[in-house]
Amino acid sequence: MYVAVKGGEKAIDAAHAWLAEERRGDTSVAELSVAQIREQLALAVNRVMAEGSLYDPDLAALAIKQARGDLIEAIFLIRAYRTTLPRLGASTPVETAQMAMCRRISATFKDLPGGQILGPTFDYTHRLLDFKLAAEGEVPTAPTAPASLDAVPHVTAMLNRDGLIQTEAEGNDTPPDLTREPMELPTTRPLRLQAITRGDEGFILSMAYSTQRGYGRTHAFVGELRIGTVAVEMDIPELGFSVEIGEVELTECETVNQFKGSKTEPPQFTRGYGLVFGQTERKAIAMSLVDRALRWKELGEDNTGAPAQDEEFVLMHADNIQATGFLEHIKLPHYVDFQAELELVRKLRREALAHGEAAE
Amino acid sequence: MNALSIDTAARKAWMGLLARTQPAHLAAFMPDLPDHAVLRGPEVGAVMVRGRVGGTGQPFNLGEMTVTRCSVRLADGAVGHAHVQGRDKAHALRAAVVDALMQTTEAEAVENRILAPLRTTETQARSLRATKAAATKVEFFTLVRGEDK
Repeated sequence: MYVAVKGGEKAIDAAHAWLAEERRGDTSVAELSVAQIREQLALAVNRVMAEGSLYDPDLAALAIKQARGDLIEAIFLIRAYRTTLPRLGASTPVETAQMAMCRRISATFKDLPGGQILGPTFDYTHRLLDFKLAAEGEVPTAPTAPASLDAVPHVTAMLNRDGLIQTEAEGNDTPPDLTREPMELPTTRPLRLQAITRGDEGFILSMAYSTQRGYGRTHAFVGELRIGTVAVEMDIPELGFSVEIGEVELTECETVNQFKGSKTEPPQFTRGYGLVFGQTERKAIAMSLVDRALRWKELGEDNTGAPAQDEEFVLMHADNIQATGFLEHIKLPHYVDFQAELELVRKLRREALAHGEAAE
Repeated sequence: MNALSIDTAARKAWMGLLARTQPAHLAAFMPDLPDHAVLRGPEVGAVMVRGRVGGTGQPFNLGEMTVTRCSVRLADGAVGHAHVQGRDKAHALRAAVVDALMQTTEAEAVENRILAPLRTTETQARSLRATKAAATKVEFFTLVRGEDK
């Protein structure tokens, strides 16, 4: 229960003034610019865009600066901002097969058309602190090699030629949008993917990890992981045709999973899918594992009671802004609630003590 | 292919280029704007970006992106539209003016003065990125196996 109380304005103003001062830190150290955050903390920017569910690197960088590097606070700022924007429309589905890739690897095939492209990865680094970065220095230039700009087909498309992998149901239905209508259970796969792609990276990671450890095991291989830019195209009613309105960087992960077949389906591989804004590889892989685990009913698998198979558990707890809001509201004044509890405990104690005395 | 469809393809190409370009690049090639009336905007909004399940299946909502739109009419009546990525209103206004100019007798001059250099910049950036990626392509070689001895 909340009761309107006055007071505290001066304290709040002083607290916010101090916050601004602390945000700036030691003024003898140069101030960070938004452009520096955008360019040099790009993976933090990507996470804020993915979970803020708004692709705009400058805004995400500003949010990170304002939030003093607290990424969930930054995501909160982005979510709040996006509610102020009019919705101009929806894009046609992006063509990830046409992606201009900076990274593309497959754990299932060594030699594949288009090859294995490592891209700017942390993989194979030694994870030793690099003290050269603490000193200003020259940046080495990345080597180049002759390249083709042709589109590279998906690995799953190659498997599909032999019928070895399940085909995704085609369709062009307008997908449900959880930012417009509250999520209702049971959900559909498009709605689940929207909820997971904007879900908390740590939560999705832990859910995916739980499936690997045996809680809803799905035996996933990374069939393909690709990172790169795709064009975003939208139908413009006044023109009568669609135009490109920009391009976004995406990470896409497709897993290939064991499936022994069912009464209606022959044994074949099945798929889990992850698609996330920005270079967000851990999240995209985790997303594809969680997506696959949630498909148990559709594929006629056993529900082992694993958390990752429970769509209510996964989808209702994946959003870090909802979680933060509910978690942190308990620090706000609950004076009247607590007064009632206090009265109750005092009364019960009086009764208990009186009862004890009477018994003696 | 008839003339109309060629025009549409060309128009789609320049509108896409204008949408993707950095606002500062466009401004550098276009410091002054011709006389024009703004019909709509510039207005900042969001577009829901969609993907497909498994890359090929049913559409789903991936998340929004910021987009600014603008429509203008030039003195000679040509109408231009723009939807550009980001929140830069001057970018959307310039893109709409270029779209209108490309429908006038100015088209060739605008193509040479503005669109061609923007296209070159974009092609070079894309090509540089692709060549850096190509340099990280793995060349596998098989080690000598024990039984080969």
